[in-house]
Amino acid sequence: MIPVIVGVTILVFTILYFMPGDPVRLMLGAEPTPAQVAAKRQELGLNDSYLVRLGRYVEGIVLHFDFGKSWIYNTPVTSELLQRFPRTLTIAAICMFLQICVGTPLGIIAAVNRNGLGDRLSMFIAMFGISMPNFWLALMLILFFSVKLHWLPPYGLGGLKYYILPCVANAFPGIATQARQTRSSMLEVIRSDYITTARAKGMSESRILLRHALPNALLPVITIIGNGIGMMLGGTVVIEMIFAIPGIGWYLVGGIGNRDVNVVQGCVIFLAIAFTLIMLLVDLAYAFIDPRVKAQFAGQKRRKQRA
Amino acid sequence: MLNVATAEGGTPKVKRQSEFVVVARRLSQNSSAVVGFVVAALLVLMAIFAPLIAPYPYAKQDLAHTREAPSAQHIFGTDELGRDVFSRIVWGSRFSLSIGFLAVLIATAIGMLFGAMAGYFGRVVDDIIMRLMDLLQSIPGILLVITVSVVLGPGLFNTLLALSIGGIPMSCRLTRAAVLGVRHEEYLEAAVSINASTPRIILRHVIPNSFAPVLVSSTMMIGNVIMMAAMLSFIGLGVQPPAPEWGSMIAAGRSLIRTCPWMVTFPGIFIMLTVLALNMFGDGLRDALDPKLKK
Repeated sequence: MIPVIVGVTILVFTILYFMPGDPVRLMLGAEPTPAQVAAKRQELGLNDSYLVRLGRYVEGIVLHFDFGKSWIYNTPVTSELLQRFPRTLTIAAICMFLQICVGTPLGIIAAVNRNGLGDRLSMFIAMFGISMPNFWLALMLILFFSVKLHWLPPYGLGGLKYYILPCVANAFPGIATQARQTRSSMLEVIRSDYITTARAKGMSESRILLRHALPNALLPVITIIGNGIGMMLGGTVVIEMIFAIPGIGWYLVGGIGNRDVNVVQGCVIFLAIAFTLIMLLVDLAYAFIDPRVKAQFAGQKRRKQRA
Repeated sequence: MLNVATAEGGTPKVKRQSEFVVVARRLSQNSSAVVGFVVAALLVLMAIFAPLIAPYPYAKQDLAHTREAPSAQHIFGTDELGRDVFSRIVWGSRFSLSIGFLAVLIATAIGMLFGAMAGYFGRVVDDIIMRLMDLLQSIPGILLVITVSVVLGPGLFNTLLALSIGGIPMSCRLTRAAVLGVRHEEYLEAAVSINASTPRIILRHVIPNSFAPVLVSSTMMIGNVIMMAAMLSFIGLGVQPPAPEWGSMIAAGRSLIRTCPWMVTFPGIFIMLTVLALNMFGDGLRDALDPKLKK
């Protein structure tokens, strides 16, 4: 975990180190005196070498969880991030929930009714789902549900109502991916020998599906969920901007507009850490669910004990 | 791919057909792949012949006819400066398609090279390359692209570069997995035994034999990259206005969505159409290359 965080921090810091332009001139506004510029540079530690600055930044994050200060507003980035994170997390979590709870059943239904009407229809919709940019879908949803029908608020923060459109827009590609993956993985499993065996011994079709096919089909799908979280977290950037939700994504877009390196850096690293943590949980869940992986670990342990 | 040539009157001759022909035949039987291919080809033609198709120059302002709804003169309406939306979309296809294809080409080339090296050499090389890819992948793709794009600044070439960096890990991983599959094949041993140089073995023997999975994922990646490019210019990075990029057209129309929805709707439809066509083709390609999935 820690090596990944350090690695990501170094990577992002290094990429943004090459950012052109002088932040000090941006901060001090029009016509600063050379002395002012020099003093500010000294104050921010911009005169130090790359390694010193990198070391300081990594140390701040790993030891103190401190992302520095915004160069433009001079506010601590960490507190902004922590204050905004719940909103981003809410969106991402709802989207994940939708992806799993809508996408998986759709995929199963499609696989079971292979080449039937339901299959074709849901795969057709899923194809659109993975081909639609989420920001455009968001605008279309606003156009339809807010501007035309006046059902839902077009942007802002408030009750749960305000989360409906952003979450649907952000989750739609994920739902589509999930349905497609579940379907293809289900189809692969349905053809395997143990399903034929189960049929041969006269098991009911629904029992075969739920007890034999589904658990095996869902294993590869779990890895997709991890990727989906990355997509959801990344997708919030543009979704929050459109719906004016003050989460981390919007903060990031603002930071980009202001060329505020510390803010951009903080947002990207923070989201990457969140992503890594969730991926770790997914991996653990995978090991917990898949008896083969579990057996592998148990085997290792036993071997170690014997040695 | 062995194919008994029944057409030649059942002669016992077993004809070895080129894989390309076999795959192309299977593709042509898949109707959605054909539709995807035709639509994508039409869009490419539209991009190539943009000056002939677009009824107006894409930058021509007509301040007497701003924000006009779609009509016979302007089938997709006009924008806030009186520019014809349809003409801008036609010209914009050049950006989206060239960014999509080139970025994926760069990403695939670099990713395959690294992936093949990781798979072929194994051990330390493998470790170093794969840990680097892990690192790149621990940042959600879009965020990585945004970060690189912030540093490189706007512009076609820089956007291309930023987007290709985001695609490297995936093609690298896939190539590595495929290479590990062929690593102990006899033809590689044969190549080593006739003293072929390592770069030659990797480029001439390893990569061509582990190309299929990468080809499929690259086709699917083009659509993704086009969407990401549009998103970049939507949030103000990437290709900048007044260039008629689809994403930046949507961004420009966003504030006018209540009064002139056509400025947002049509560029988005074209993004969707392009990506949809490429994905349909990619799906078909996957089925054609891996026939055991489709039965």
